[in-house]
Amino acid sequence: MTRKPAHELSAEGLTLAYDGRPVISELTLTIEPGAVTVIVGANGCGKSTLLRGLARLLKPVAGEVRLDGRQLRREPGRRLARVLGILPQSPVAPEGVTVRDLVARGRHPHQRFMQTWSSADAAAVATALRSTGLEPLAHRRVDELSGGQRQRAWIAMALAQDPDILLLDEPTTFLDVMHQLEVLDLLHEANRTRGTTVVMVLHDLNLAARYADRLVVMAGGGVLAEGAPRDVISTELVREAFGLDARIVDDPVCGAPMVVPISRTHGAVA
Amino acid sequence: MTASVARAALAPADGERRHRSRRHSTVTAVLALLLIALTVGGLLAGPFGVGIEELLRLVTGAASGATEFVVVTLRMPRLALGALVGAALALAGALFQTVLRNPLASPDIIGVSQGAVAAAAAGMLLFGLSGAPLALMAFAGAVTVAAAISLIAGRGRAAGYRFVLTGVGAAFFLQACTGFLLTRGEVREVQQALVWMVGGLSGAAWPDVAVLAGAFTVLVTAAALTARPLRILQLGDDAAAGLGVRADRARPMVLAVGVALAAVAVAFAGPMVFVAFISAPIVRRLLGDGSLALVPTALFGAALVLAADLVAQYAIPGAQLPAGIVTGLIGAPYLLWLLATRRGGSS
Repeated sequence: MTRKPAHELSAEGLTLAYDGRPVISELTLTIEPGAVTVIVGANGCGKSTLLRGLARLLKPVAGEVRLDGRQLRREPGRRLARVLGILPQSPVAPEGVTVRDLVARGRHPHQRFMQTWSSADAAAVATALRSTGLEPLAHRRVDELSGGQRQRAWIAMALAQDPDILLLDEPTTFLDVMHQLEVLDLLHEANRTRGTTVVMVLHDLNLAARYADRLVVMAGGGVLAEGAPRDVISTELVREAFGLDARIVDDPVCGAPMVVPISRTHGAVA
Repeated sequence: MTASVARAALAPADGERRHRSRRHSTVTAVLALLLIALTVGGLLAGPFGVGIEELLRLVTGAASGATEFVVVTLRMPRLALGALVGAALALAGALFQTVLRNPLASPDIIGVSQGAVAAAAAGMLLFGLSGAPLALMAFAGAVTVAAAISLIAGRGRAAGYRFVLTGVGAAFFLQACTGFLLTRGEVREVQQALVWMVGGLSGAAWPDVAVLAGAFTVLVTAAALTARPLRILQLGDDAAAGLGVRADRARPMVLAVGVALAAVAVAFAGPMVFVAFISAPIVRRLLGDGSLALVPTALFGAALVLAADLVAQYAIPGAQLPAGIVTGLIGAPYLLWLLATRRGGSS
């Protein structure tokens, strides 16, 4: 697997709004090429909105999203889709579609007008199925799979698309802990073996700290802090971003910073 | 070792895939055979008896003049028109339902057919139109209503959902307009209008078939070109955008092709309710593979209209009903079947 060329995605003075109500205002951020960036923040801080803006799903009210310095919204859709992939929070699988068929649809941006299925397409689908462990399930209907398997199928589709930058909106929602780790490990592997730049929104601060190379902490529609998890996470930051009193310890498994919340009824041991 | 395990794991998958695509071809072939059988049945059936041998003699040019008249001038254009109208309606329904991701989003439910009917009723009752001008007026009515619905529904988030709701509202409004026209019309004219409004194939002639076939060829080509982006749009607007298909650009194109298909069919044969509504869901249920299934859907629609027309002509001896009555009767049981067999699950 060859490493990806590094593309740089950045937001410049970005303001995003829903129905005229601004959610993100004048945000500037550069996504580090080749890294795993995780966006975290309290509910309503605008993290999913930011991801949608970076993914060109939301038109900026002001400011610009740029890919290698060029304005994202001026790029033709299909060429852009070969560089920038998106996995939204709740994609729809057509009733009865098989895993293999779904994964194959990820090849759309690589297929020219009227061109038929190529050997490169077949190889990309086979690789995506193998690296997500879905080969034995390739013939199964997506709507018959468990939640974890289904999410793996969507990630396999994104891997078949083979973008240089992959954006994911809460890829672990509705999954139990084991399957959350499974999905995050898959994305970590894609980043390390293919060099895919991964940008995702996560709910769980500790999983974010474990898997992120770069952490973007948001509050009130802006970036509160950005950097390596170890440099960023502190009791002050957690209080500011989440309104939460917590102690920061070292994750006993991997050494990443771990946030242990102090709750109103169970915080007296310290 | 690993390789053999991988091969063992792959073998059933590939076998299953072959099985699925075989099912696809089987269903398509059965539908094609059904269509051929209905066509032959339609050529033979009727008070003027025509046998198989006579039909074969017709091919070699040795049949009687009466047989030739009945088969070539009366029955063949009716069958050709029926097949084209059925295929066009079924494709229109498939495009609408897929691009709006809603099984209720069919041109005969969300106002397009009702637009044609209201325009045709006005044409017949106010201006005394018939023939080609009437067909043109019905076509224009369908297209105008579709354009109005899409203007009112607007763009942006949830545009598809708003399109369906606006369309259902438009359908009721147009039915009221048609009702008003009918109550004001002359009895004899109203009766003619009512027959047209049900939809049927009587009076089909070769010139109609030629025009419809021309339009059909152009529109089917357009539908085939939309198939690839449509397969991507099936995954949701956001996922489609990620794969380079912009819903706000692709959706109007697909809808335009669907509207034109429905409008041209209704212009020639009246609304024929439920053909557009039921064809694609039934075929997709038969296939169960998540494919668009445009070809089998078109075959199904064609066969459905021909079968409905046969039933309408010969089910009640001595009474020729418009085929639209029979397709209309299918609707209610279909909805019950849909409810009874609907799979659970999020999508």
